[in-house]
Amino acid sequence: MVGTIAIVDYGMGNLHSAAKAVARAVDNAKVIVTSQPAEIAKADKIVFPGVGAMRDCMLGLRQLDLIETVSEVSQQKPFLAICVGMQALMDSSEENNGVNCLGLIKGKVRYFGDELLDENQARLKIPHMGWNQVKQQVSHPLWKDIPDNSRFYFVHSYYTEVEDASVIAGMTCYGLDFTSVIAKNNIFAVQFHPEKSHNVGLTLLTNFAKWNGEV
Amino acid sequence: MGLAKRIIPCLDVDNGRVVKGVQFVDIRDAGDPVEVAKRYDAQGADEITFLDITASSDNRETIIHVVESVASQVFIPLTVGGGIRTVEDIRRMLNAGADKVGINTAAVFNPDFVKQAADKFGSQCIVVAIDAKKVSTQDEANRWEIFTHGGRKPTGLDAIDWARKMVANGAGEILLTSMDRDGTKSGFDLALTRTMSEAVNVPIIASGGVGNLQHLVDGVIEGKADAVLAASIFHFGEYTIEDAKLAMQKAGIEVRL
Repeated sequence: MVGTIAIVDYGMGNLHSAAKAVARAVDNAKVIVTSQPAEIAKADKIVFPGVGAMRDCMLGLRQLDLIETVSEVSQQKPFLAICVGMQALMDSSEENNGVNCLGLIKGKVRYFGDELLDENQARLKIPHMGWNQVKQQVSHPLWKDIPDNSRFYFVHSYYTEVEDASVIAGMTCYGLDFTSVIAKNNIFAVQFHPEKSHNVGLTLLTNFAKWNGEV
Repeated sequence: MGLAKRIIPCLDVDNGRVVKGVQFVDIRDAGDPVEVAKRYDAQGADEITFLDITASSDNRETIIHVVESVASQVFIPLTVGGGIRTVEDIRRMLNAGADKVGINTAAVFNPDFVKQAADKFGSQCIVVAIDAKKVSTQDEANRWEIFTHGGRKPTGLDAIDWARKMVANGAGEILLTSMDRDGTKSGFDLALTRTMSEAVNVPIIASGGVGNLQHLVDGVIEGKADAVLAASIFHFGEYTIEDAKLAMQKAGIEVRL
């Protein structure tokens, strides 16, 4: 059963792409974009997106009174966090001179740095923008039918650094190896944008829609 | 293993139709931007850029419908440029399904606009388009100036300085077009591309002058571009996006295949 998939709208930009991609990936899902705690609590699955700066994200969540609801559902049902949504799950971020985040996964969000170099000592641009590979670290229902080292679309200047390596589900290299995917119980969090990652992204969204939250 | 260099086909859209002629091998004059975008998506385009060249502001609504339609069928990043002058213009494009907007002339006349836009929507969706022309003579060090109105009006602004300023204001990416090369099919202005790519720390999309696949390779290797944009070599079915990627791969460039 796919049920209702709620995309959490906390004022961080356009969620139509995410909604359209989820709807496209799953035939019989009911996809809603909502900022209502009651609707989020009622939904069967949650997509927690995010773009822009962390301070604004946390502010948006607070103003819409969503922190408690999001924290609760993240422990209860299939929960897919995307990009800044993934970063918001951590304890804190270096962005905006330091922001406390939701603290649902132990770790920090760090800046890539302005002196990032590739293996040939050439300077790497910030943001990390474009199609990069994800090396799968665990087998997981959301990796079904997705070849290892597939390319997904990234756009970000900060990355997550987790304390507990057992939650790492995918790694990506950009000047340094960073955690691009986290899997912990019913949470799956990705730094890339599955809704913009062509067929592999749509496959991941289909897998999510079919997922019961168990590993 | 790492980040792929991107190939971005660009569609000029006038009153809701692709112009400059588009002709695939098996589709003649597919002027419908949605069909063209789907075709490029199927060929493996890494992103798609729409440039709205509709002259009358009354007809600007049409590009909104194009973006909405493409965004519900094509799941790769979409950029829309042309006629973006206000924060409200950006909001409408993003709500229609664009991932990034290209700001051009508006930034020249109001540099703070880029700052406002980046503060509001995040740098990741703000592409500053720079149309540059070489103004130095042969004996002088290279110097390029920003031109507006399709390359007709000089602004007196140094292109490299301007790019630095735009990045400081929050531009997340630069779309750099050489007005000397645009439409000539003689290749990118590699000196310009390289100078700009080394001057700023955000990705550079090289544009203007692509006539064959080697030009794309040169843009990445010699021009140090992070992405290459082309229109006519793809529109007329001369090359597919996949041809371009294979040529780049053969030259040792990392691509998404």
